[in-house]
Amino acid sequence: MDYGVFDAPGRSPAGRSQHRAIKILLAGGFGVGKTTLVGAVSEIRPLRTEEPLTEGSLRTDSTAGIEAKTTTTVAMDFGRISLRSDLVLYLFGTPGQQRFWFMWDELAIGALGAVVLADTRRLADSFPAIDYFERREIPFIVALNCFDGARRYDTEDVRLALDLDPGLPIILCDARDKESAKQVLITLVEHVLLTASEAPVSGIA
Amino acid sequence: MPSNDERWLDAEAGPVVRPYALTQGRTRHTGESFDLIATVMATNALIADPSSLAPEHVSVLQLARAPTTVADIASDVDLPLGVVRIILADLRELGLIAIRTPVAMAERIDQRTLREVLNGLRGL
Repeated sequence: MDYGVFDAPGRSPAGRSQHRAIKILLAGGFGVGKTTLVGAVSEIRPLRTEEPLTEGSLRTDSTAGIEAKTTTTVAMDFGRISLRSDLVLYLFGTPGQQRFWFMWDELAIGALGAVVLADTRRLADSFPAIDYFERREIPFIVALNCFDGARRYDTEDVRLALDLDPGLPIILCDARDKESAKQVLITLVEHVLLTASEAPVSGIA
Repeated sequence: MPSNDERWLDAEAGPVVRPYALTQGRTRHTGESFDLIATVMATNALIADPSSLAPEHVSVLQLARAPTTVADIASDVDLPLGVVRIILADLRELGLIAIRTPVAMAERIDQRTLREVLNGLRGL
């Protein structure tokens, strides 16, 4: 595979072909279909990560180098889509609960945007993720995974229930279907393009 | 899947203590931090004493012969991300690899790149 030219750090890459990696985040509660959606549209890869449980106490205690017992391991999947030889899209799906937010803080930096995958039977599971992206002004869309047997909701009812802005895209999807999963990502990128072309709004707390 | 919750955490997510033996117990890497999708590339610098490198360091170095990312390397070597970051920082300190922050880290992704992503997705 040709990844193009690798630029040494500090050198201006202007106009040069280079390996570019783009991140998209996939949020939502357990069992909502994040891994299914990533697998439908990309080559799925496992990743193990671990973080200190109590970052604050590690700083105050002088236990340099013996922090092993204070870490927790978290498994996550990511998907890799080669769009061009020099452009690779990475999909990171992580659990939506607040206790995983230490992972979100890192993943969100420099991300293109996020997809909040929701199950209409458990809409409240998507509240933390929506709050998270709104507060950090990370562009996102909501995709409703249409499970077998779940009642089909009108997207405008969901908009009301989730208190989402009128311009925020909400789409129905089938996380198992490649075309549907593709459409979710396309909708996100279109939304980001649209918001990027609008004048930036500042001063929102 | 009722056990879905468990798969993500602690023992179910895989062993973590033993891999840290590879890092002499260190849980924090040295130097500037780097993103999951930062590009990693071997510099092809000569190693003064190849036997001084642990097998895991050698494996990571081999994976970085062609540009790749931190996440891809961690997945390929099947070690926890924190361990891989320490190995990468060691290799960087030795001048054996360069790690480049993704373009999008410094600023928002530009419109041209967004359009390329869009076209790429449509063409899948």
